[in-house]
Amino acid sequence: MRSDRLDRAPLPLKISACLGLLFLHLPILLIFLYAFTTEEKSYRFPPPGLTLEWFAVTWNRPDVWAALTLSVKVASLATAIALVLGTLCAAAVSRAAFFGREAVSLLVILPIALPGIITGIALRSAFSMADIPFSFFTIVLGHATFCIVVVYNNAVARFRRLSGSLVEASMDLGADGFQTFRYVVLPNIATALLAGGMLAFALSFDEVIVTTFTAGQQSTLPIWMLEELIRPRQRPVTNVVAMVVVLVTLLPILAAYFLTRDGDQIAGAGK
Amino acid sequence: MNAILFENVSRHFGNVRAVDGVDLAVAEGEFFAMLGPSGSGKTTCLRLVAGFEQPTAGHIEIFGETAEGLPPYRRNVNTVFQDYALFPHLSILDNVAYGLMVKGVGRIERRRAAEEALAMVALPGYGARKPGQLSGGQRQRVALARALVNRPRVLLLDEPLGALDLKLREQMQEELKSLQKALGLTFIFVTHDQGEALAMADRVAVFHEGKVRQVGTPEDIYRRPKTRFVADFVGSSNVLSRVQCQRLGVDAPAASLRPESIVIGRPTDGQLGLTGIPIATSFLGPVNRVTLDCGGERIVALLAGGAPIPAMGESVTLAFGRHDLHVMEDAG
Amino acid sequence: MIMASEGQRTRLMATPGPRDRGSLSDMLWRNPKLFLALLLCLPLLWLGVVYLGSLAVFLAQSFFAIDDFSGLVTYEPTLATYRQLFSDANFDIILRTVTMAASVTVASIVIAFPVAFYAARYAKGVWKAVFYLGVMLPLWSSYLVKIYAWKLILAKEGILTWLFAKLHLLWLLEAWLSIPIIGGNSLSVSYTGTFLVFVYVWLPFMILPIQASLERVSGSLVEASADLGARPGQTFRHVLLPLALPGIVAGSIFTFSLTLGDYIIPQIIGSSRLFIGQAVYAQQGTAGNLPLAAAFTVVPIVIMGVYLWAARRMGAFDAL
Repeated sequence: MRSDRLDRAPLPLKISACLGLLFLHLPILLIFLYAFTTEEKSYRFPPPGLTLEWFAVTWNRPDVWAALTLSVKVASLATAIALVLGTLCAAAVSRAAFFGREAVSLLVILPIALPGIITGIALRSAFSMADIPFSFFTIVLGHATFCIVVVYNNAVARFRRLSGSLVEASMDLGADGFQTFRYVVLPNIATALLAGGMLAFALSFDEVIVTTFTAGQQSTLPIWMLEELIRPRQRPVTNVVAMVVVLVTLLPILAAYFLTRDGDQIAGAGK
Repeated sequence: MNAILFENVSRHFGNVRAVDGVDLAVAEGEFFAMLGPSGSGKTTCLRLVAGFEQPTAGHIEIFGETAEGLPPYRRNVNTVFQDYALFPHLSILDNVAYGLMVKGVGRIERRRAAEEALAMVALPGYGARKPGQLSGGQRQRVALARALVNRPRVLLLDEPLGALDLKLREQMQEELKSLQKALGLTFIFVTHDQGEALAMADRVAVFHEGKVRQVGTPEDIYRRPKTRFVADFVGSSNVLSRVQCQRLGVDAPAASLRPESIVIGRPTDGQLGLTGIPIATSFLGPVNRVTLDCGGERIVALLAGGAPIPAMGESVTLAFGRHDLHVMEDAG
Repeated sequence: MIMASEGQRTRLMATPGPRDRGSLSDMLWRNPKLFLALLLCLPLLWLGVVYLGSLAVFLAQSFFAIDDFSGLVTYEPTLATYRQLFSDANFDIILRTVTMAASVTVASIVIAFPVAFYAARYAKGVWKAVFYLGVMLPLWSSYLVKIYAWKLILAKEGILTWLFAKLHLLWLLEAWLSIPIIGGNSLSVSYTGTFLVFVYVWLPFMILPIQASLERVSGSLVEASADLGARPGQTFRHVLLPLALPGIVAGSIFTFSLTLGDYIIPQIIGSSRLFIGQAVYAQQGTAGNLPLAAAFTVVPIVIMGVYLWAARRMGAFDAL
């Protein structure tokens, strides 16, 4: 009897859990409604009317396209760098214990654990000290710094699951280190890397704080959004962009979930 | 020529002496068992042969060739892992063909060889499956085929039957043994199961705390244990103390006495006798096990099923052949 | 069948001729330390040298001070900047930020616990996935879009006002806004608004660690407690809550640290009074006082350092 009662959730718990989930999702759903509003000057609710007009307007805005293109380019390159560096760190840390191993994992987490503003200012002063002009590449380097951790988290979890005897078995069967990496290690960590890469892409695509410090005149999509938030120019366009951003980030997260769901979790806590 | 030669080999992990001054020689074509409890150094010895570990001190030869500094992939030995270590992302056929693939054997040839090896381990037609779709016993056979397809000069087996249930294990014991005889290969087999070692091996090395305590044929190890540890570990032998030995008129630090060599009754010619009080008895099927108190020391006797069981608490005389009492070097 | 002809056997046995790639592999195999160094040199060069170096250089600025007349940094070690940090106006900023971080953390725990508890203990099958994605999707949704959504919600003409009006509760909203400090002209320019957005944006960071720690509590522990006569409430109080504590601590590390360092949320939603993040931004930018900006960033680092140290002693990191 007792364990029956423990197996079924008490009603108040059920209700508060569902309310918690609704609290997380309703604000995002509201974005979808506002993308169709006819109201231009304020955030009036309920919307006085619904229209598709703003999608067309947004589609024809070169500044939105430029920001989007820059964001995609930055995120792609930052993800590529993070994949290489994160995998290298994960491979090193998951080998036998070595002196300073804890320090390496701490170092990887640091850029995400410290408030973004600190990372941003520190990198900004480093770039200006080295006389590196702020450009596309300074944005990419800033993003890669904090994207390493998501790749690293995913890869470390998978390396841990990759039984050590598989690598030994491969070498035992005559494969040297490179062959073992190519034929055994890589196929087994591939989905984790793919998931880590997608999360890194999503993280970079969305980043605004570090970017404000490492970008020059270029604006990524989040920088564009931030400017609209501080000084709204054309609210309906912002509404549409916000909805598109939600949809675009949704896809890699779902994909990463399905890639890693049997076994390790998406290392979301690393965000 | 020796297939494997260990000269005073040690492997230390920090302060832990996993392998401590081991000398061993395994002859070509031999079925050699390394027997010992967990942590006794037997698996580390196997890994030293495979090349996964490097000796801290000493010298290892594989067919006369120095093995130190030689990576696993440059050694002509193959391993059947305890957890089989089948590659989960490859089909059974690709698993078996793996060693040939990395050596650059053509696709058609290596597939044919892999099919043959699968047929040899009685798994023909299983090639397209994934390791996850096979039972434990089948995976074990795949691991065997994957190692043998490379035609190693020495096959290393790390507790290969440990994960199988009893019936399957007995069947595999026989199959492994006949396979080894048919191939004429050197097998080195690590196990903590003394019954398995005695049943399969030509020779057995008993490991304890990183050292080899005794090497010999199964019969040697069983009947003439050199130390108390060997006597205890290989079957449950009675170990008689120096005092007990003196009572029997034998001057030795310790001696072992197999439970099955004891009978109840007066000693005849060439036999020795002890008196004891039966304190417990249990029925084991073909035999009865009787525990007796002989002047403060416990002696276990296995009596044939038909023999009368002595009454509890009443003093009886035990008899056994003089040659059944095996004098040991030390009691440790 | 496996028996090879003698010739075949010797052919395969012969060691393959040394190949370039093979001998490189041999070298790495013989020198595990070299291999490790090769793996780590690139990441360490960037993270260990460039990143950590620039952090150190930036934070070291806090031990210098700005010359009041020239507006340039004087490179002489001094604690003047720290004295400035603890001046009344600046200390207010610190106090305000820490109070906000603490209240956000408490509110997050209250809202997160039921969600995490339900997801970890009761959700099965499809619902398990729904709860998991239900937390993951908002976590990874765009930070700015989330803030933007709240700008829509909290606006004077927005959905919240409309809702209160429909429920004939506008008087309640107005009463709340008339409370000093937490109130204001409208929700979007009040501390209440800032607080709501902080809680909303960081909530997933609280749910996930609590859920992870609760998931590691095996069902048999709960059954054992019940078997020993504990009522569900007692089981919760004496078994589940202590085991979830590391998760709560881990989650609060996120909510606390993220609130301490954020400068965008209070800038967009809230009153004009500054938080630490905004102060740092203003000092390094328009005010041009890099030493003071560095001193301000030392505050969250020290607070989090103490917090992490205390949390480590409680074993909170096992839940990460």
